[in-house]
Amino acid sequence: MQDFKFNIYDLSSFTHWVDVSLYSYCTPFWAMMWEMIIIGVAMLLFYAVIGLFLVYAERKVCAFMQNRIGPNRVGPYGFIQTVADLVKLLMKELVIIRKSDKFLFYLAPFIVIIVNFMTMAAIPFAKGIHAIDFNIGVLYIMAISSMGVIGVLIAGWSSNNKFSMIGAMRSGAQIVSYELSVGFSLITMCVLAGSMQLSTIVEGQSECWYIFQGHIPAIIAFVIFLIAGTAETNRGPFDLAEAESELTAGYHTEYSGISFAFFYLAEYINMFIIASIAATVFWGGWMPFHISGLAGFNNIMDFIPPFIWYIGKTFVIIWIMMWFKWTFPRLRIDQLLTLEWKYLLPINLVNIILMALIVLMGWHF
Amino acid sequence: MSEEISSVVDIDQQEYIINIGPQHPSTHGVLRFVVSLQGEVVKSLQPHIGYIHRGIEKMCENLTYQQIIHLTDRMDYLSAHTNNEAVCLCVEKALGIEVPERVKYIRTILDELTRLASHQLWWCSFGMDLGGQTCYFYGLRDREKILDIFEETCGARLLLSYNTPGGLMWDIHPNFQKRIKEFIKYFRKKLPEYDAILTGNVIMHQRTEDIGILSLEDAISYGITGPTARASGFSCDVRKRYPYSAYDKADFKEIIYTKGDTFHRYQARMDEMWESMKILEQLVDNIPEGDFTAKMKPVIKLPEGEYYQRVESARGELGVFIVSKGEKYPYRMKFRSPNFCNLAIMNKLTSNFKIADLIAISGSLDLVIPDIDR
Amino acid sequence: MDNDKLKEKVLSIVPNAEIVNGNQYLEVTVIPGKLHELAKQLKENPETNFDFLFCQSGVDYGDSLCVVYHLESLKHKQSIVLKTKTPNRENPIIDSVYDIWKAAEYHEREIYDLLGIKFRNHPDLRRFFLEESWGYPLRKDFKDEINIIEK
Repeated sequence: MQDFKFNIYDLSSFTHWVDVSLYSYCTPFWAMMWEMIIIGVAMLLFYAVIGLFLVYAERKVCAFMQNRIGPNRVGPYGFIQTVADLVKLLMKELVIIRKSDKFLFYLAPFIVIIVNFMTMAAIPFAKGIHAIDFNIGVLYIMAISSMGVIGVLIAGWSSNNKFSMIGAMRSGAQIVSYELSVGFSLITMCVLAGSMQLSTIVEGQSECWYIFQGHIPAIIAFVIFLIAGTAETNRGPFDLAEAESELTAGYHTEYSGISFAFFYLAEYINMFIIASIAATVFWGGWMPFHISGLAGFNNIMDFIPPFIWYIGKTFVIIWIMMWFKWTFPRLRIDQLLTLEWKYLLPINLVNIILMALIVLMGWHF
Repeated sequence: MSEEISSVVDIDQQEYIINIGPQHPSTHGVLRFVVSLQGEVVKSLQPHIGYIHRGIEKMCENLTYQQIIHLTDRMDYLSAHTNNEAVCLCVEKALGIEVPERVKYIRTILDELTRLASHQLWWCSFGMDLGGQTCYFYGLRDREKILDIFEETCGARLLLSYNTPGGLMWDIHPNFQKRIKEFIKYFRKKLPEYDAILTGNVIMHQRTEDIGILSLEDAISYGITGPTARASGFSCDVRKRYPYSAYDKADFKEIIYTKGDTFHRYQARMDEMWESMKILEQLVDNIPEGDFTAKMKPVIKLPEGEYYQRVESARGELGVFIVSKGEKYPYRMKFRSPNFCNLAIMNKLTSNFKIADLIAISGSLDLVIPDIDR
Repeated sequence: MDNDKLKEKVLSIVPNAEIVNGNQYLEVTVIPGKLHELAKQLKENPETNFDFLFCQSGVDYGDSLCVVYHLESLKHKQSIVLKTKTPNRENPIIDSVYDIWKAAEYHEREIYDLLGIKFRNHPDLRRFFLEESWGYPLRKDFKDEINIIEK
């Protein structure tokens, strides 16, 4: 048992302490099991808290944009309104449609939520708080996050509802298309970082964030990532899959109670994941804002704990995505696909070449 | 019956048929479109109506003219005052009564306020149909001010029933003119906000331009009226063509656009809001002194004959056709409601457009379902 | 064209038309067989050019069923009312004017629904507001003990 000193600026000592203590008490097998359980429970808690908070935040943000007050009855400033909503959803009856495919109907929300949960594993929340640090972290995130569409498709198909079906088909076309742009814009940044490991990507930004290091192509990649990421979460101007005014609620029309809550929560967590990837790859994740040469300024920035940096950046991006949603009208399906295949994808391909050129010639900061 | 009359517009059973409505967020009421799709593309559309058919025309046959006024509110509930006025004008014309100037001015002012309120609500729900939900709250915020003016003077916010054959129920509230002037000053600042959030948006332009083009020939042939037809170049404003009340005293432009697509229908209504404010500004200070009603007998009996009165409601031309046999009840009463005629064009406008366009087009026609069903 | 000329015009198409100067519009009554021809002539003749059917209503006069057409010429700024009456209450049939004015499609469906007048050559004549089991409520002999309270 070694000495433990809790350091908020470097949590790896804490995780290391947990690891060593567990191995000293149990057999290696049980120690690993305990670690998995602890991480799982911690992530689940984080997931629930973030999900509920985001629902609350969205309701408040949209209320302020619409000259309203928003939730203000349950708890101070309506803060625990979403908890009350969750309790309500938990107690609601699960409506089963007689002619639906019951197995798939129940399975779909779980697929969506599990995929979500798996993606969270690869995100570095703070220095040392990182469930798994793959050396292909970016690839892993891209691969897993695009599997959520399977749940959406299954939900739309198994509901035996024409609106759900159209919604699911739209969602399929949309996510498959925008996956390309998300992937390519991340690859552009991997070219600059020279690594796909998220911890390396974050460490590489200790001097200067990649969005500044890579200047023009990095900014283009960031904008494309933001657009494509919003599209991938089925939000904002791209919410065709659930287009309220056209398809009533799209693929989750027939869901009620907790299975609806799963879809609802998954949408917000998706937004959180996209925002945290954007924050990690472009804005340096938990890395404080540094300007090389200004030691005093850098010290002040270092004083803010990494976790706060990470959450702050993520929420700024989430706020931008909410801003999109509450000010733009919805696109039509053909315009959506035109935007991707005729504009974003070619720009992206050129952008990768530009980035490669900049990295080769050393024109970055 | 049904063997004799074969249905020509038979929806092919092989296509994907969905029911938009009767309960759907963007039909704004219990309207039902049976839409046959190919992929996302609308192949044919049949409106099914009658979910809130109350038989107002039949009920009118057993009611006196004063009572009928209160039923007409329930037709196009967003331009309740215009409906009231149509019946009153028709009865006054039949009796040969000249109402006091004061009444004419007040009626015209309330007409225009109704039009403004109705267009505001149309604007917010059109924004919603396109998916921009923030619009809804902008529109409702400003509409509230008009409803407050109504409440003060008429006692009701939506179904005014302020008219009566021969004049008005009672005189205006002392604050009436002041409040209207305040409102115009306020709304002149707020209307550009509408443009900022929706009109100038690129997505909105892409969603509406060249969508659902209504040609001038079709507009006339189908009897389309109101801003919907004026966007196609059909000069059909009853206020200009057959001025009633005090419209001949006001100087205003008839908004005419020529292309007839969804965006021009949108633009026509937005411009009408400016024109309405212009009319209000001209009339509000000049309300003459006088009685708020002409001398009327308690029992109104129209002389035998047929009477027709046309007025311009917020959605188009509203016609009232009364057949009287000299009794205190009308023998037959017919309302030519603008929405009923405008609905007829839906099938033609939406064919070969996508579902999303269908919603945009039906939003741009500004359908109010109780007016269709009556 | 003033009302006198219009009268002559109408009489030249349908010689035995009844023409009344109503309190607002010129009212022309023709037999159902002549209506379609007269309407077509009035629409297509450039001198009259009644291109806007702004109202079409059905009236039950007790002994006969009547359809009233309110027409307007946008070019000549003139209006006319056409009427046609059929005494046949069992199976009233009148020619549809859908091929002349498209607006007639819905108006005629409404009249068919509420008064039971059938329109020949109408593209899609079905009940509009009510179900097949209903009678024709705007007819004066319509009785509905449950829903309508007679005064």
